[in-house]
Amino acid sequence: MNQHGMLAALREIIRRDLLLALRRRSDVLTTVLFFILVGSLFPLGVGPEPAILRTIAPGVLWVAALLSCLLSLGRLFAADYLDGVLEQMLLIPQPLSLLVIGKVTAHWLISGLPVVLLSPLLGLQFGLTGEALGVLTLSLLLGTPTLSFIGAIGAALTLGVRGSNVLIALLVLPLFIPVLIFGAGAVSSSASGIGAGAHLSLLGAGLLLALALAPWATATSLRIALE
Amino acid sequence: MQWGSVSEFVAMGGYGLYVWTSFGVTAFGMLWEVFAVRRRHAAAREGARTSLQDQ
Amino acid sequence: MMGLTRINWFKYSSPQAFYPLAGRLMPWCAAAAILLIGVGLYLGFFVAPTDFQQGQSYRIIFVHVPAAWMSMFLDVVMAIWAGLGLGLNARPSFMMAQAIAPTGALFTFLALVTGAMWGKPTWGAWWVWDARLTSELILLFLYGGVMLLRTSIDDTRRADRASAVFALVGVVNVPIIYFSVRWWNTLHQGASVSMTAAPKMAATMLTAMLVMTLGFWMYSLAVTLARMRCVILERERQASWGTHPSHHDALEVP
Repeated sequence: MNQHGMLAALREIIRRDLLLALRRRSDVLTTVLFFILVGSLFPLGVGPEPAILRTIAPGVLWVAALLSCLLSLGRLFAADYLDGVLEQMLLIPQPLSLLVIGKVTAHWLISGLPVVLLSPLLGLQFGLTGEALGVLTLSLLLGTPTLSFIGAIGAALTLGVRGSNVLIALLVLPLFIPVLIFGAGAVSSSASGIGAGAHLSLLGAGLLLALALAPWATATSLRIALE
Repeated sequence: MQWGSVSEFVAMGGYGLYVWTSFGVTAFGMLWEVFAVRRRHAAAREGARTSLQDQ
Repeated sequence: MMGLTRINWFKYSSPQAFYPLAGRLMPWCAAAAILLIGVGLYLGFFVAPTDFQQGQSYRIIFVHVPAAWMSMFLDVVMAIWAGLGLGLNARPSFMMAQAIAPTGALFTFLALVTGAMWGKPTWGAWWVWDARLTSELILLFLYGGVMLLRTSIDDTRRADRASAVFALVGVVNVPIIYFSVRWWNTLHQGASVSMTAAPKMAATMLTAMLVMTLGFWMYSLAVTLARMRCVILERERQASWGTHPSHHDALEVP
């Protein structure tokens, strides 16, 4: 297993998933629309008072991002599972964890990155300005890949199981909570002047931890599901 | 003994509702679990007996 | 105790041998549980004095704290059996994890309910988002997920392994959540009320609480052993539907 072979395999997986997603644009749009919808529902429910919106903005936007990620997790392995491609992936020489990293990266590019790019706009709708907006975007940039990596574990565990959508939510939401706490916390700290440094550092650390542990856990779960 | 009377004991210094609900729910939960496991065991024994007969 | 040599252990690790062993142990654990809980209740109601600050409402801790401790203890034990199952590829380990989960879930639920019952008269709120209660709530979802994974997956082997992975992931997650929420609470000064502030414990209070905890532990052991026997019978039945040669002779079905 040479470095060149592993990198090439990684690139190939990402390229393939992106191409597939491009052909089915609905995947990207679904996630993006859902994010916008959820973000728009809260002011309608809570009232337009700027002070309140500014207060709830970090939490609401982060929950919206989280739910969008959750919604998209079902798709992560489903298509390849049904095609039989996933079983093929168990057989190739490259480590399964590597392939998982590839798939999750592609998944994030399709579902997570659009949310990150849209977040400043939604933040403005909620009355966030200046540094808080920047922190919002940065926190989501650090946090959404973590969510994708953690979510992949749940998606792998519930592969092909009936009622898996609810099951994934039950499995994965508790795991999302620390990311939510530090992500939203970063934005509210920034908005209240305390400074988001500590939160963002923890988010970064969380991402590294997820990158180190989640692919292995996901690969293990995939093997369990496919044997 | 620190309780002057039964009614004092039941009242629990005014907190009777909370104290007895807590102990009551706990007792109910544990007894229900015991009952449920016994029922499950009876069903499992029945199932094992049936499959023995099938063979 | 020294009689439990390694050879005996392997003998008991097969379901056929474990079934009667569990059947013999269970009544003793049940008896110990009844005795300890009885003594604990007596100590809690008739020996422990009235609390200076909280009056009589503090007595709820005699069920709340043991339930909470058992919920966390059983989670760790369940995760250990899950890990052993995955590591050793041992079916009985998975079966033990399966037997523990419902009892852990029950104690988590009881901890939450009694916690609310204690919080309302003492601090005026049915619920606060402090670290301990929030992690207890997440623990309930963890147990729920472990059990739901098992019932949703038809293939026993896959169900065993999937719920084992989730149990392991969950046991790591709960402390993480605990510390995240504690951090979160120190920042958002609103929720500064800590429902973990137990009254200064007189020795008798502490004793009663410990006795109750031991009683709950014996209870958990008894119920888990009983449930383990159910699991053994249920899996034997499933196995008999396949092409396994019958080994029912070894199993006494009373």
